[in-house]
Order: sequence, then C-alpha cells, then structure tokens
Amino acid sequence: MTSELIKKYENLLPKKIIGEAMELIPKGAKKADVEKIMKILVDEYNYALVDPGECVGLIAAESLGEPSTQMTLNTFHLAGVAEMNVTMGLPRIIEILDGRKTISTPMMEIYIKEEFRNEKKVRGIAEQIKERTLKEIISDISINLAEIQLEISLNEKKMKQFNVERTVVLKNIEKAVKTYEVKEKGEVIILKPKSKDEDLNILYLLREKLKNLYVTGIKGLKQVLPVKRDEEYLIITAGTNLKEVLSRDFTDTTRTVSNDSFEIADVLGIEAARQAIINEIYKVIEGQGLNIDIRHVMLVSDTMCTSGQIRGITRFGVVSEKPSVLARASFETPIKHIVNASLINERDELNSVIENVMLNQPVPTGTGLPKLGIKLD
Amino acid sequence: MSEQIPVHKSVKSINFGLLSPKMVKSISAIKVVTPELYDREGYPVDGGLMDIRLGVIDPGLKCRTCGSKIKECLGHFGHIELARPVIHINFTKIILDMLRSTCNSCGKILSDTIKIDLEEDMDSAKSKKKAKEASELKSVTKCPHCQAKQLKVTLEKPSTYLEDDKRLSPIEIRTRLEKVSDEDVMKFGIDPKVARPEWTVLTLLPIPPVTIRPSITLQSGERSEDDITHKLGDIVRINQRLFENINAGAPEIIIEDLWDLLQYHITTFFDNAVPQLPPARHRSGQPLKTLTERIKSKEGRIRHNLAGKRTNFSARTVISPDSMLDLNEVGVPREVAMKLTVPEKATEWNMEYLKKFVQRGPKEYPGSNYVVRPDGRKKKITSETQEQILEEIQPGYVVERHLLDGDIAIFNRQPSLHRMSMMCHKVKVLPGRTFRLNPAVCAPYNADFDGDEMNLHIPQTEESRAEAEILMMVQTQIISPRYGLSVIGCNMDAISGNYLLTRYGGMSKKKAIQILTEVGHEDFSRLPKGDKITGAELFSMVLPSDFDFVGKTREGSPVIIEKGMIKEGYMDKSNLGEGQGLMLRNLHKNYGADKSAMILGEIFRLGIKYLLRSGITAAISDADLVGDSSEKIQKLMDDANDEIFKMINDYHKGKLEAFPGRSVEETLELKILERLNQARNDSGKKISENPDPTKSIQVMVESGAKGSSISMTQMIACVGQQALRGHRIDRGYKDRTLSCFKPNDLGPKARGFVENSFKKGLAPSEFFFMAMTGRDSLMDTALRTPKSGYLYRRLANAMQDLKVEYDYTVRDASNKIVQFDYGGDGIDVSKSEGGFINVKKIVESVLDK
Repeated sequence: MTSELIKKYENLLPKKIIGEAMELIPKGAKKADVEKIMKILVDEYNYALVDPGECVGLIAAESLGEPSTQMTLNTFHLAGVAEMNVTMGLPRIIEILDGRKTISTPMMEIYIKEEFRNEKKVRGIAEQIKERTLKEIISDISINLAEIQLEISLNEKKMKQFNVERTVVLKNIEKAVKTYEVKEKGEVIILKPKSKDEDLNILYLLREKLKNLYVTGIKGLKQVLPVKRDEEYLIITAGTNLKEVLSRDFTDTTRTVSNDSFEIADVLGIEAARQAIINEIYKVIEGQGLNIDIRHVMLVSDTMCTSGQIRGITRFGVVSEKPSVLARASFETPIKHIVNASLINERDELNSVIENVMLNQPVPTGTGLPKLGIKLD
Repeated sequence: MSEQIPVHKSVKSINFGLLSPKMVKSISAIKVVTPELYDREGYPVDGGLMDIRLGVIDPGLKCRTCGSKIKECLGHFGHIELARPVIHINFTKIILDMLRSTCNSCGKILSDTIKIDLEEDMDSAKSKKKAKEASELKSVTKCPHCQAKQLKVTLEKPSTYLEDDKRLSPIEIRTRLEKVSDEDVMKFGIDPKVARPEWTVLTLLPIPPVTIRPSITLQSGERSEDDITHKLGDIVRINQRLFENINAGAPEIIIEDLWDLLQYHITTFFDNAVPQLPPARHRSGQPLKTLTERIKSKEGRIRHNLAGKRTNFSARTVISPDSMLDLNEVGVPREVAMKLTVPEKATEWNMEYLKKFVQRGPKEYPGSNYVVRPDGRKKKITSETQEQILEEIQPGYVVERHLLDGDIAIFNRQPSLHRMSMMCHKVKVLPGRTFRLNPAVCAPYNADFDGDEMNLHIPQTEESRAEAEILMMVQTQIISPRYGLSVIGCNMDAISGNYLLTRYGGMSKKKAIQILTEVGHEDFSRLPKGDKITGAELFSMVLPSDFDFVGKTREGSPVIIEKGMIKEGYMDKSNLGEGQGLMLRNLHKNYGADKSAMILGEIFRLGIKYLLRSGITAAISDADLVGDSSEKIQKLMDDANDEIFKMINDYHKGKLEAFPGRSVEETLELKILERLNQARNDSGKKISENPDPTKSIQVMVESGAKGSSISMTQMIACVGQQALRGHRIDRGYKDRTLSCFKPNDLGPKARGFVENSFKKGLAPSEFFFMAMTGRDSLMDTALRTPKSGYLYRRLANAMQDLKVEYDYTVRDASNKIVQFDYGGDGIDVSKSEGGFINVKKIVESVLDK
C-alpha cells in the first residue's frame, strides 16, 4: 500500500531516493503522510537539480585543481606497518589523469572466496601465485668453458616447495632459447648452442637472461603479501595480472581489483575502467584527507572514457578530440593544429568556450546558453 | 550614444585554408621590390617594406590604399615575387608524403585500391584512415597506372628532398605536386578547394601589413624596427640578389647558394626554432621573434592576448581586514574611488543629480571624470571644460561618475583557482589606502594580510552589473560546489571568542546589550529575563528564533540548538569554521543567502567583540608544564628510549623478526618510528589533559582557531621525529648522520629525534635535523606548485565545454553526451546536503508532527 504510493513517483525521482523512501517510510504510515513526504521529496529534488547551462566541467576541474596544490608530493606512502609501497598523492593523480599505459606501482588486491578464506590456505595461495623465476629454483647455473655450454642444476627441495615439475622447467627453457640444444644429463640440464661459432659473451648474457626466466606462478605478480583486513584475509600483490588471477578458482571475482585502469579496460571493458578510475582517484583524495564530491571525479572519469577507450587529459588524449581548431590550438602546439586545419579545410563552428573568448563573443554556457531573438524596429 | 546600437555582426564560424598564389596577388596592395625602408627625409620608400600603402603607423599620415588614418586602417598585405620557389617549412611532412605516394611521372596516386567518396565528410574518421593509408605507399616501386619505376624519396631535414640521393629542387617538387589530380589530393585527406598541394611550395610570399610589425621610435629619435621587418628585409634583399644573378647568367653554384639562403630566410621567417637550423639573430645576438614565436606558448598571441585579456576600470592594492564591514562589502580607498568610474546615462529624471557630479569635477569626491556624448566622443572634465559641459549636457549623455557606496565591484585574488576567487562585493568608500575586507571571506580567496594584494573591477554595463550581483555576490557563493559545505566561516579570533563566550562566558544584561549593539544586532526582545546572561544565551540572540540544529563539537560532545537557543554544548570550529559542519549550511538553506551572510557577519563580530572584552594573549607561561607533568613526560621519553635500545640490541643479535614482505632493517625502522611517534603523542596527551581557559594557546588549539595539539606538544613537551621522505634521517657522513655521533648509531637521537621542546630549546644536532627537514618541505612546495598548476590547466582545458543541457544531460561542445544525468542523479552539490537529499530527515519531520 505504502510502496504503491511511493512507486507513483518513480518518474519524478531518481531510483536511489525512491529506494531510500521505501526503506524509511514505515509500512503503516498514513496515506496523507506518505503523500506529503513524497511531495516534499519531489520539491527538494527539483530544487537541488543543476541549472541547465551550468558549466559542470569547469566546476569539476576547479574542484580537483584547487586542492591539488595542497597535496603532498611524497611518492611513497607508508600505510600502516605491513602494507606495500604505493604511489600516492599528486604523482598518482597525475599518473591516472595522464592515462599512462604503464603505471609506476601496479598493484592488486585479491579477495578470496569464502571456502579458502583462512590464514593457512591464503598463505598457501599467496605462495602459489607468486611469479617464480628460474633463479629461485636452481642451486647453480654455470658456464662450462671447455665445452662452451651452460649447465643448470635444479634445487629439488625448492621445486617441491613451489610445486614445479621438472618437465615444465625444461619446456620453458626450450621455449626461451630456440637456438640451443637442451639436454638432460643426470641432474644437470645442459644448453649447447646449435651452431658451432657461439660467442662466450652471448653465453654470459644468456645466463643472466635465464635467471629471470618465468617458471611458475602467475606472471607479473612480483610480490605477494597476505594481509588481514577487517577480519578477512586477502592478498595484496605488487605487479598485476588481472586476467590470470580472475580465472583461478579461489578468487572472489566480484571484488578483486587491479589499480591499472588499462588492464581493467582490456579484461572487463570500458565501464569497469571508468569505475576503476573513479575509485583510484577517490582513494588518493581520501588518503590526503581532502573533501571533494564524487560527482566531480565521475565527470572527469566520464570525459576520459566516453570515446570507448581511456584517453588521458593531455594534448594527445581528450584535448585532441575537441571539435574546435581554436580550442585545440589554445592548449598546446598551436601551429600544428592550425596547419593541419588549413589542409583539410576545417571549419570551426565556435561552439565551445575558448573560441568565443578569443573573438569577444558571449560563450555558450551559463547565461550565454539561452538564445533569444528580439525584433528590432 | 543616444540609441543603443544593436550588435548586428557576430562570427558564426571560421574556415581554415591555405592562401593560393592567386589569392596572395589579389589581396596584395603592392609588390615589394626594395629592402630599403625610409628615404633620407625619413619618409617610407615606395615599394619598400614600410610603404604607406601597407597601412600606417605614424600619426598624421594617411594610408594610400584605403585613405584612413592610424588606428582606423587595419593595414593591407603586400607581396613579393620569389625568384625561385621555396618550401614552406610547416608543410614539409605533407609534401614528403605526397612525393612518396604519387607517381614521379604521371602524378597519380600509387594505388588503385583507395577510393574516395566525394560525398563523404572530409574529417570523418573513415577519411582519416584513408589518408593514413595513402601516405604510407612509399614502398611501392612501380606505378600501377603508367608502370614507371618509383625511386625512394627522403627528406633531409629541414627542407631538402632527395630522390635516391639526387636532390629534388623546389621547382621539380612543385611541378610534381601540380600533376596530382584533385581527386587524388582528396585521398590524402586534403581538401583541394582550399589547399592545393603545390601551394605549399611558395612562389609568392605575402608581406604582412606594417600594422602588425610597428616600428618604435626611441628617445634618441632613432627608429627601431620590428623583428619581422628585419626578417622581411633579409628576404627581399636576397631575393633581389637572386634575381640579379639569374638575369646576369651567373654560374649555377652561386644561384644554388643564394637559393638555399633564400630558403633559410623564409624558413626562419615562419619559424625561428627549427631544430636543424641556427636561429636568425639580432646583431646583439638574441634570436629574432618571428611568426611562430609570436603565436606559440604562454607569452604568444593565443594564450597571452586572445585567451586572456587586459581590462580597464580596475584597481589593485594591499588588503587589510575590517570585521565591521559586511561580508559582501569591500572597503575602497577614496583615492581609488575617484579614479574608477561608473557610467550613468543622463535622462530627464536624473539630470539634476548627474549635473551635481559634473559640477564637482574630477578633484572633489563624489565627482566625475568624463562625459560621453551620444556620438561616442569622450570628453574629459577639467576646470576649463566644466562650464561648457554643464550647459551642453542633455538626455542621452553618459556621465562617468566616481564610485559611490553600494556600487557593484568584482573582487579577485590570484591565483584564481576556483570561482570563489572572483566574487562580487558592494563598494564602501573609506579613508586609507588599502582595500578592506571582512576576514570571514579570506578563506575562499585564500588571502591573509601579510602584504597580499587584490584586484578590483568595476563592471560598466547594466547587464554585467546585474549578472555580477545575481550570480557572483559573496552570499551566493557561501556553499562550495566542491563539497557542498560553507566556504565562508569564522576564523581565528572569531572562533576562539565564540568558544570562550559560549563555553565559559557570562555577563550582566547591560553588558550583553552593549555587545549586541556593537555587533549590529538591535533586537533585544529575545534576551532572557534576569540580570545575568550566560554566553550561550547571548550567542543565541544572533540566531534566528526558529532555528533547530543538532551537531557535534570538535571533541565529539553534542551541540543542540532548539528554537534558536543553545540548549547544550558550545561553539567551536566544527560548527563555525569553513568547510566544517552543517550548521552554516543549514542556516543558508533555511534562511537564504542574504540572511545567512548577515547572521554569519554578526556571529563573527560577536566573537571578536567578546574577545576584546575578555582579552586573549599568548604568553610564554602558556607553555609551562603544570605540576609533575615535567617528570611524567621525562619518564615517557626514557621508557621509549629503553624500549628502542632493546629493539636495536635484538636487531644486532639477529633476534628481531621481520614483518612479512620486509627486510629486518626496514622492520626495525618501522618499529622505532612507531614507538617514537607514540612517545610524542603520549606526551601530547599529558599536556591537554585538563582544559584551562586562562591558557590562551590552549584555548586557541581547543577551539580550532589556530594550531593543533601537535604544534602545542612541540612547543611544550617534545618536537618529535624529523622525517625525510617517510624515513628517519639516515644520510650525511659515512655510517652516521653527523660527526658528533658514533658510526652506525641507530638510536633516536642520532637519527633525527628531537627530544627537546621549542620552549626548552634545541640541541645543535637537533637544530640541524630540523633545518634538513625544513629545507626538504620547502623544496616539496616549490616543486609541487608548477606540477599541480599544469594538471589544473589541462583539466580545465579538457573540460571547459561540458555543460548541462535543458534535458539535464551533460554534453560537450559537439553535443556528444558525456553523462545522461549529471553525477547520475542530476543533483547540484552546492544545493544539496553533500550531494544527497536527506530522506531520513524529511520522513522524520513529517511523521513526528
């Protein structure tokens, strides 16, 4: 009865307010009261609506730009005792908004499904998913100068600990070095160049390269750290590989996140990347103790993502997609834009703010938005 | 200006294109033939670069092309005929692409698969892709149309083209480009209607009008020419020489050399910062500023003159505080008020009123400086002209009168980081030489009074005044769009005053009335009966009588206001300060902008006036330790020291267990840091254990007026650990920070822990550590400002076109939808409770009745 009354207002109010009203208005409330509440809500909502023409983009830019002067430049931030080093503060914001493909501290938070969620199991999983390289499971790698070959002896104990099969290691080595013959001689793996005239120097280089050869675990997870947060065990990693992690059966796929928005865009799509950008920016803002409404961050993220790909707020990203020549030229590299515009016969329709400022004309936002024709005679 | 002249011209759109040689000739007023500028009399030479047919820059002369005088004539282009064609430096890339991708004999594009749809829009994504395809045909070795063999064309920077190591002359290049058909040109994404490729190889060079390159006359009477004129002189000179040599049949080598020189001069005329070329310089050695440098960068035409403009009717001076002004007032010195003017149009009805201003003239306040006649002529009012103007003046004239109280002004402090950095104030003309403002509006401007200067602008039209008053007035800006809370609030003494008043204050009724009168509140009817009045009761007087509010103090105890009376709690920063609690916001919402600004002003003054009577002073004795706290703090420090040395011992013995993911050293550092911080915090707690309203420093900290408990601890108990980049100080000498410590000493003192308080005084090593961190934080700010400034510029530039349309979608300049509803629900942050509508409150308010 009450809910039906509330439902009548669905077209007038956003879902969230309707939901809250459903929850907060008691079931047995009088009809008149419910209607009164809903009427007040509609009034309040209509009052709180943005004015058409409001320059929301600039307000968002101001809201982020003004407090950014107060942020610390400290790259590394020690959050508590047993956490990892993460880029925070202004450098992190710049990194996100630049739309950089490679970020300085890639990181994941892997949440674990309920059935695996106890200290021992989580530790086990952490050990299991960490990227292991060859140097961690060998006892020796040496160059046999007489034979001009590389000899690798594996450490059985370590291999058992990391759960690596000998054949897997061999296969990986074979894949990495195509021009070498890989043989097993007892416990030792021998790599011999297929061609005769192999240089010793190259062998040295190869040895260093092989040390970092991926053997097992999830590629890219350079460090793992099981932590307890709010009575729940999860794994924090340095380095990301979202696709692999999400495909494991122990991951709680609904909450596991990476802090690399491009990776998220690849794996989960642009909508997820948009949310990821919002979350990452907001995390920094909160970490700095600043007070910025989430709407501004959302708008920034939306402008970065509307084209379907993540575009940085740079002259190569969002700005390069503006329709107006003068607007682009007023930002950076003006000559380039003017030259290209003149070649392709570009027309500037003067729809945005900066061109009209240049020409001393009213800008089409705010009070400049309404267009009225007046008959003069 | 008897009639308002309607704006009948506005720019609708701008087209970009290249100038064809034909066009150059047709817009050209003269052909420039001589590099000379002036004859012996100093008169511009005919056919020279300063020819008066190109426009005039000298007063008295008339332009021979259009007949207008200086400032009326915009100038006219000329041209020179180049003896040999020359490459335009900005188009080398597109010339290269076309040479590579078209046939060297038949001129057709080296592909028969790229088709162009003539109907298609030129800058659609599809044609862009095609253009990219077309310019990547360099690997084709045989023309698919005429089977001619294609050679490899390379560009030797800056502007020499080689075809298999044989040089291509610009003449050859031009003939090749001429051969390319219009249809093929389109395949490169170029519109042949405005940009034929051969036009990028110049045969005619347009000479810009003299008006864009005016010469300046030095004090000595000498003329100093503009950089561009110098460059053009070089070009004309070399061009003439090249002509002469060609006509005289000079050897090919000489001609080639001169040709290259001409190319160099024309290249630097367009761009004097081509990486491969030495920049053309003045005789003094500084590089010339040619066309590209004029446009580019922050000081260039676009950002300096077009996107940012200068203004008249503005003033700038130092600011000082005056809390007796209203929030939306600005005190303007009389001196300034007599220079800045407001135009007021004379009508039948205000004639007498305006004549009085004219009568008083420019020297007497309030007078007037100028009179504008209906034909737009401006006349200065002096003692000589005064009489005549007074007689002449009639409806339609405009009098530019001095500023009066109540005039609209826009007040601004740089850096203007948000819209609250430019607000509208009402003028209040005052004696003195500084701008005065209410200290409550310092926060949005980020101003203080240590010598800050601010700018004042006077809007000159009725429209701009109306817009400024309605949209920019201080009270309309109280609630920030950034977080939906008040950006204007009490600060400093206003907070500590109200804190003392509402928490400890009390006085006789007579005194209360006196204070209220001083504050500007004249309604005493709500004062409670009886002769004694508590501070909370006095404070309640300035609140509206139906104001209800529940909040919290800084310490977390409740504040309850019912029907405009404080029932419980006291006022401090969390309710009065900017960007804090909801009290100011609720006032604003319930009583509107004007009233809340007034209330805020009264609250502010109340605090100050009370403090004036009760007195506040920070004394050195405020930093004294009471009773046995001194020993207690010493004990805290000793305990921490003991524990840390135990940890260090453990570490040396190898007994310390590392945290997961950390080394033993890092673990030790973290543990020590944590323990030291704890020690400092503990000693801080000892100090603020018992609040004491006689200790002014404590009052300031507790009310939130200034300082924090940390700064108080630093003064009284212990300064604490100095950290460089999140670590204890660990650099300096080998294995130690300073030479007064033993090598590898990991103890607190040797790694930057300052045990003393500021009052006690620092040890030399401690002083040095503080200097280190002080310098580090200074560096941090210096490096951060430009970084965040650039970030802001980028954000603002990328997002300035986003606006809410009438259907509440957020769209960009090309009408693409960015958000369907602003922020997902269309709610304006500044008009709601932190971006939300408080459903709970509304439900309760209805159901409780």
